[in-house]
Amino acid sequence: MSDAVPTAIRNPVVKYTQIFYNNEFHNSLSGKTFPTIDPATEEKITDVQESDKADVDEAVKAAREAFKPSSPWRQMDASARGYLMCKLADLMERDISYLASLETTDSGKTFLDNVADVRASANLFRYYAGWADKINGKTIPVDGNFFTYTRQEPIGVCAQIIPWNYPIMMLAWKFGPALCTGNVVVLKPAEQTPLTALYIAALTKEAGFPAGVVNVLPGFGPTAGAALADHMQVDKIAFTGSVEVGRLIQQASGKSNLKSVTLELGGKSPNIVLADADLENAVNWAHSGIFFNMGQNCCAGSRVFVQEAVYDEFLELSKKKADAAVVGDPWEEKSENGPQVDQSQFDRIMGYIESGKKEGATLVCGGTRVGKKGFFIRPTIFGNVQDNMKIAREEIFGPVMQVLKFKDVEEVVERANNTFYGLAGAVFTKDIDKALTISSSLQAGSVWINCYDVVLSQTPFGGFKMSGHGRELGEDSLKEYTQVKCVTVKIPVKIS
Amino acid sequence: METAVPPPIINPEIKFTQIFINNEWVNSVSGRTFPTVNPVTEKVICHIQEGDKADVDKAVAAATAAFEIGSPWRRMDAAQRAILLHKLGDLIMRDQTYIASLESLDNGKPYKGAFNLDVPFGVKQVRYFAGWADKLTGKTIPVPGDYFCYTRAEPVGVVGAIAPWNFPFGIALQKIAPALAAGCVVVLKPSEQTSLTALYLASLIKEVGFPPGVVNIVPGYGPTAGAAICEHHDVDKVSFTGSTAVGKIIMAASGKSNLKGVSLELGGKSPNIVFADADLDYAALMSHHALFFNMGQCCVSGSRTYVQEEIYDEFVKKSIDYAKKRTIGDPFDLSVENGPQIDSTQFKKILGLIESGKQQGAKLECGGGRHGDKGYFIENTVFSNVTDDMCIAKEEIFGPVQQILKFKTIDDVIKRANNTQYGLAAAVFTKDIDKAFAVAHSVKAGTVWVNSYLAADPSAPFGGFKMSGIGREGGEDGIREFCEIKTVVVKVPQKNS
Repeated sequence: MSDAVPTAIRNPVVKYTQIFYNNEFHNSLSGKTFPTIDPATEEKITDVQESDKADVDEAVKAAREAFKPSSPWRQMDASARGYLMCKLADLMERDISYLASLETTDSGKTFLDNVADVRASANLFRYYAGWADKINGKTIPVDGNFFTYTRQEPIGVCAQIIPWNYPIMMLAWKFGPALCTGNVVVLKPAEQTPLTALYIAALTKEAGFPAGVVNVLPGFGPTAGAALADHMQVDKIAFTGSVEVGRLIQQASGKSNLKSVTLELGGKSPNIVLADADLENAVNWAHSGIFFNMGQNCCAGSRVFVQEAVYDEFLELSKKKADAAVVGDPWEEKSENGPQVDQSQFDRIMGYIESGKKEGATLVCGGTRVGKKGFFIRPTIFGNVQDNMKIAREEIFGPVMQVLKFKDVEEVVERANNTFYGLAGAVFTKDIDKALTISSSLQAGSVWINCYDVVLSQTPFGGFKMSGHGRELGEDSLKEYTQVKCVTVKIPVKIS
Repeated sequence: METAVPPPIINPEIKFTQIFINNEWVNSVSGRTFPTVNPVTEKVICHIQEGDKADVDKAVAAATAAFEIGSPWRRMDAAQRAILLHKLGDLIMRDQTYIASLESLDNGKPYKGAFNLDVPFGVKQVRYFAGWADKLTGKTIPVPGDYFCYTRAEPVGVVGAIAPWNFPFGIALQKIAPALAAGCVVVLKPSEQTSLTALYLASLIKEVGFPPGVVNIVPGYGPTAGAAICEHHDVDKVSFTGSTAVGKIIMAASGKSNLKGVSLELGGKSPNIVFADADLDYAALMSHHALFFNMGQCCVSGSRTYVQEEIYDEFVKKSIDYAKKRTIGDPFDLSVENGPQIDSTQFKKILGLIESGKQQGAKLECGGGRHGDKGYFIENTVFSNVTDDMCIAKEEIFGPVQQILKFKTIDDVIKRANNTQYGLAAAVFTKDIDKAFAVAHSVKAGTVWVNSYLAADPSAPFGGFKMSGIGREGGEDGIREFCEIKTVVVKVPQKNS
């Protein structure tokens, strides 16, 4: 696995724009298509077939067929499932130049970040491949003359709806646990970024996944997404996106067939810097914690609480770092950030910046568009932010850092937890007692100590409170995709 | 997963005959070599550097250095260990024909089996355990008091692995794969009868890029090189597959030296119980394979076939048929099912036990002697009217000699099945669900097959009850035997649940 940078392919040829189910590409039954835009140029890349309810019905039918007990997928050795996933990983690495280039064009994320995403996603497939033949049930010494065992069975048809901030990685986060446990999937990529999902669909066919196991339906939330959430033949839905839509999906489950629901939603994660922290280390991690991926990160450290003794120095160092960051052409190696994903996000973020100024926060740096074409925004830092300001309470999903001052540990923990979000949090300190106390007290699914955003194949990731429920990654993700069947056999006489 | 078998390499080039330490090939300190013999021709294939205590000392020192805190191996991401293991699997498959040919030449087992079973078995071990590498989790534990408590599953350290000659390549990997996945370092002593595929494996380990010292291979004899490993104060654990007699010596050696962890996979005299309601044809065929597979050189051989009296005569007839039809000959001939036994010692021992069967009054139904006049070939032999007190019913023969005993009731046969110091495997053939579970749960054996035999996978724990061994190989239980649990308890100012 070489560390050399793959060649970037500007204007990559788009090979797949159709709906994928049963290992075939189809046009939409309605004839409708939708455009996908390059956010760096604001120009259309291509038109993509638009799925709606009728296409969803076809895909779900194909998936159900592939999940029947006598099907190739259900009969396949678990280790063979794992082997297919390893093959998929190899194919993604084989095509890393193309995949990363396609993603850069479609999402505006920098080419180097996309290369890293492809590598991490391939390794995530390998991680889950390793679990395939290790999904163990138990035998249980129950009372009475019975032999009892459990099986961890796949749930069935899993609808998966993913966002546009990490299109390739989010697909891997969803496919990984679902496929290794033996499920079949129907994935709707975000309408802003459908292209790499369709390419990876073709790779799953090349790897040898049986028809109907993997299905990818480009389209919009209120139509294709809702059709999946409402579908009576879909056994489970996993969604990553906004709290607003997460609530709709939860309700849809209740209104339809009570399909199981896992949600990865937004966050307003507190990043707490104590006076005894290694300040330079804290500044560096806080910077990437909010500005990485143009701030389009569910677990972004968007409320940086800095203890008063080091507050001014923190702001000064952060401003220096933010001002030095290059925001521009995502193809350029020197670009730390590319554009935001589309016009609507761009407008939203600029709106929040305005509200910050209006509500009296101090604009320390940034706050402006870069250039006239493409949705580029400068890394922006607000100081003197108060807890009740909009920019301190609402998820901006852009490169805007809020810096708030605090006095002592008890106070900051209370303020950090004073949100209905609970996705992540961090504490920077050298003191072991404070580190362990604060990390135990934060109401967040992921807590980092002296680092930020360290999310890996092996670490379970998910939200407390309204940031979601269920876990992705790590061993804990497997139970979201299995259901326990308990079998009890009457036996003539018990033997311990 | 059988594909068309490519033609064997009949005279495979012997590329590696030296000791492998620190990713380098070296001669023995003593200068001695030993021969490895082709059991078909009884001629020497080549000479191999003979490791002894001095060489083991060097290997253990290399392994210890590779395991130091701060070493490339200790600092490597667990996921990266998995990637290296998968690469090893790829290289083995690349060289599948060569390795199978070499194994056949050195061991005498049919090339077709070596290609279809032995080599893929090794690859499966590698791929299965690679998957565990970054999944060996500890826990956090809510202890009483103001403490934060967690455990780590740390690699146990230097593993001394001693492999047998019946599945040289496969069992070497059965030990190496989980040890490496868990982050340990290894010193392997292959069996003196069959060192060649282990040494070739060493070259692949180097090609993959495992850091020097992580795997070391010292060919040699048990009483010298093997004993040196078992008595060494810097070896943290021994994993041995072989005879019960040697297993006992290794257990004692641990007590005499540094109390190193010991896991043992030893012999067996496994009962294979066929009820009258079984599918008779199927049971007879499976029982035949249960015994004759690998020329009877299988720790789990179904070497006491208990058949219910109602179907006994019919069963014996079918067994004789299968035994007579089973072909014996040149292992490189794709139509041959049995090659020779491994060496003259085994050859003589098996013939001796056959004699004892004749003398003690068992009925010799077919076979009973040498096959041909060159090579350690033995005829496929079936004894009927065997009783529990005969030598052939009590001692492990490790050859192509099937014992068929009669039984009446389920309670009776379970008692007789358990009346042995061994406890490695067992099987029951029946359609009756109650009988199946009753036998499965009563027999003292580490693996019980129901309506099957020999089915095994790296994901399922395997090992012996009683004197068939200690510990388990395979599955999560198996790999955790290469881990040592460390509990860390941190004082915190105030506990909150």
